[in-house]
Amino acid sequence: MSKTSELVLDPLVDNNPIGLQILGICSALAVTTKLETAVVMTGAVLFVLVCSNVVISALRTQIPGSVRIIAQLTIIASLVMVADQFLRAFLYDISLQLYVFVGLIITNCILMGRAEAFAMQNKPWPAFLDAVGNAGGYGLVLVSVAFFRELLGSGKLFGVTIFQTVSEGGWYVPNGFMVLAPGAFILIGMFIWVVRSYRPEQVEEEFHVGALLEPGYQGDLR
Amino acid sequence: MEHSPRHTIVFTVVLCVVFSVIVSSVAVGLKDRQDENVRLDRIKNVLGVAGLKEPDEKLDKEEMIARFESGLEPRVVDLATGEYVDDIDPLEYDQQKAKKDPELSRAVSPNPSKVRRVPNDVVVYLIHEEGKVTGVVLPIEGYGLWSTLYGYLALAADGNTVRGITYYSHGETPGLGGEVDNPRWKAKWAGRKVYDAAGNPQLHVKKGQAGPPSEDPFEVDGLSGASLTSKGVSNMLAFWMGRNGFAPYLAKFKQQGEQG
Repeated sequence: MSKTSELVLDPLVDNNPIGLQILGICSALAVTTKLETAVVMTGAVLFVLVCSNVVISALRTQIPGSVRIIAQLTIIASLVMVADQFLRAFLYDISLQLYVFVGLIITNCILMGRAEAFAMQNKPWPAFLDAVGNAGGYGLVLVSVAFFRELLGSGKLFGVTIFQTVSEGGWYVPNGFMVLAPGAFILIGMFIWVVRSYRPEQVEEEFHVGALLEPGYQGDLR
Repeated sequence: MEHSPRHTIVFTVVLCVVFSVIVSSVAVGLKDRQDENVRLDRIKNVLGVAGLKEPDEKLDKEEMIARFESGLEPRVVDLATGEYVDDIDPLEYDQQKAKKDPELSRAVSPNPSKVRRVPNDVVVYLIHEEGKVTGVVLPIEGYGLWSTLYGYLALAADGNTVRGITYYSHGETPGLGGEVDNPRWKAKWAGRKVYDAAGNPQLHVKKGQAGPPSEDPFEVDGLSGASLTSKGVSNMLAFWMGRNGFAPYLAKFKQQGEQG
């Protein structure tokens, strides 16, 4: 696999920001009750992450080490505001449902994480690819969780009825649990389970406190 | 990489200026479009609650404005006296702004709906159908579980029978309290009564299911999983239909309806 495609494909499954690094969980719980909001949120994160990674990477030799976190935050926060303004102008109905969470992209650990871990050390083009890959990995989880939550929780996909619910005169009793945030937790857990069954190398070494006291313990102190 | 303090300061200043220019130009450039969206959304809500638009009917901008102008007449009402105020232009008047101005609003005694101040004047929309006033749309607001809900309640010409309810802005939990947006739930309001025979506001959201309006005129089904939002809706109705709210106006509105 070439370096280019690796940067994009690796975060999708092998190094998924939600699945493996467990970052960006709060927004993944909040915006996944419907596919529509999940897709728009993915778009917003893609836009902010790509722009912030490219800008930060382009400025990486200029950003003074002593203020680098606040400089990164300024860039990310400005981009989030820009994304929010565009949503309000062009996708007003969805922005009403998303407005809190779009603002919270600023605190999404994936953004700061990629800025610190990748953009500060790499040229703009790899930083761009890294951003696309990570936003894609985030979006992949968001959309698959939203698919199940919307389908099982309200019998719809993109607002189109798939299972006629009882309250609308059909047969499907919606699973109210899927609408609640813990439903997303369970689904994300299942996603991680599925991925790790195929990629056993992602499973952490089994750990118990007693191991620390055993002579010759070689593992990490976590 | 090591940088001189001078570089750090210059870099920080330039970064801040550049990004504030970007953010403010985007905000200013898109402002008209955003304001237009807010206005259309408000019109859509008023049309919907007045029953001039079916819940799943899609209208484009021109149709929406045309229907709004032909069917609804905005009027400014003095809350305390219930009289119409003619020297304020209802299209220019901003009730939310007035609420913050001590000259244009007054404090109200603590109430479960957590409404602290009410504006002296509010905008209502008279519903015109076939040359007659057949109802009125009243703005309501109050606290739910997480947020203040802003919406409209539409009453028929008797000032008592509900035509519809809608919320155009709230931050309740999607799927639970957020179900105040559900058209099926909103449809359950039509035909209920606000006031009992003694003139006290009785309409509220109950826990569980209510019967049809003929059996349960003052009760509406609760939202399952959202007791506190349901309670917020009840509190809001109690406040706005009471004497600090629209009771004086509705008494006059009803009289006018009977005369004309």
